Amino acid sequence: MTADRLAAEESAGGSIVDVALTVNGRSAPVRVEARRTLSDVLREDVGLTGTHLGCEHGVCGACTVLIDGQPARSCLLLAAQVDGAEITTIEGLAEPDGTLHPIQQAMMQAHGFQCAFCAPGFLMSAVALLADNPQPTRSEIREELAGNLCRCTGYQSIVDGVEIAVRRMNGDSSGGSS
Amino acid sequence: MKPAPFTYHRPETLDDALDLLATHGDDAKVLAGGQSLIPLMALRMGRPGHVVDIGRIAGLDSITVGADGDVTIGALVRHEQTRTSTDVATHAPLIATAMPWVAHRAIRSRGTVLGSIAHGDPAAEMPAVVLATEPTLIARSSSGVREIAAADFFHGYLDTALRADEILTEVRFPAWSPNAVGAVVEVARRHGDYALVGMAAMLTVDGDTISSAALAYFGAASTAIRVPDAEQALVGATVSADTFDAAAAIVSAELSPPPDIHASAAYRRHLAGVLTVRGLSAATAEIGADA
Repeated sequence: MTADRLAAEESAGGSIVDVALTVNGRSAPVRVEARRTLSDVLREDVGLTGTHLGCEHGVCGACTVLIDGQPARSCLLLAAQVDGAEITTIEGLAEPDGTLHPIQQAMMQAHGFQCAFCAPGFLMSAVALLADNPQPTRSEIREELAGNLCRCTGYQSIVDGVEIAVRRMNGDSSGGSS
Repeated sequence: MKPAPFTYHRPETLDDALDLLATHGDDAKVLAGGQSLIPLMALRMGRPGHVVDIGRIAGLDSITVGADGDVTIGALVRHEQTRTSTDVATHAPLIATAMPWVAHRAIRSRGTVLGSIAHGDPAAEMPAVVLATEPTLIARSSSGVREIAAADFFHGYLDTALRADEILTEVRFPAWSPNAVGAVVEVARRHGDYALVGMAAMLTVDGDTISSAALAYFGAASTAIRVPDAEQALVGATVSADTFDAAAAIVSAELSPPPDIHASAAYRRHLAGVLTVRGLSAATAEIGADA
């Protein structure tokens, strides 16, 4: 089936490329259309559907992943552009034994999301924020997460969740009560 | 929302990239960070037959400070790289001031400064910073190199002086004068979105007298645009609220911003005036004058 797809692409004048990705620490080589975005490769070729696609033109932030540790919109990149890169997706946040990342635990505690379609993007953006700035203020959190859209919550519970994660990751094991 | 098929090229050298552009001309697009090009292609507003990905070409990702204090930025320098660069903060501070306004972290980490300039979006920050600071733009093709003055670079909506066979490889910002001050301010519906209107201001100030002024607006015309009459009203005047109000009145009277779904022309004209006062006040806040 993939072979048929790639043959059709070639007859339509599109290039086929070999892309060597490392996704969540595992090697994931793929042969895909050059026009295929990283988000589609992650979901359709690598089989990791945790990365969500909302707008597919860089507005909603749902598809945010880490590329060599830096946050990026996977819908605004061709997979071919990141040949050789290390990608971290939402599936890579928890420990191998299933222990959730502190930001995931904090979001549960804060009831951060409702439908959670936007959750993968918010979580990856929050992980990137806390890597750059381990103790952001509430306004810094709001500003950094402005690149992600949520249509359920009004954002307060999401910002609350990040604040809980900040406290936990800075040594307050109670994580606060908000 | 998927790009149409194209032939993908990933040259390893600048010469190879320029040869590809010489061959494919108008049917080719240069891909650097892709943060403008990929969405345009996904929306099928652009449908190039050839995409030349310059992302693996060595030597284009540096920020270099010259002996005179000029700053040269290469074609693969990402927005985030300039936001965190001490050289940029010291020697080209207006770029550093603009960066927090540019899109979101996840876009700044991939998008390039020169890509934003070459794309020429009228609502983006960097074209206005270019107009205000007047760098030299260096374009290369397989037939040679040419230097383009900032004032000659932006021709119209997403239209610049670059030819289809050229790559904007470097932009050289002149040394920042010890007497220079600047600011970038904007109003957007959401922080990081394209501005409804914004402005970049650069002044030189002797004591509390303005000796030169550059006011460049974005989101206010089909390209980034300066308002020379308002600049002339500032030169020779003292740093004061009255001075800034007078300049703002000229700006609001002279700009004819296009209306769209987000804001009317009248509102944008009003914002341009408000932002003129805000930008000039921010630029001169540390001079000690109570503007």
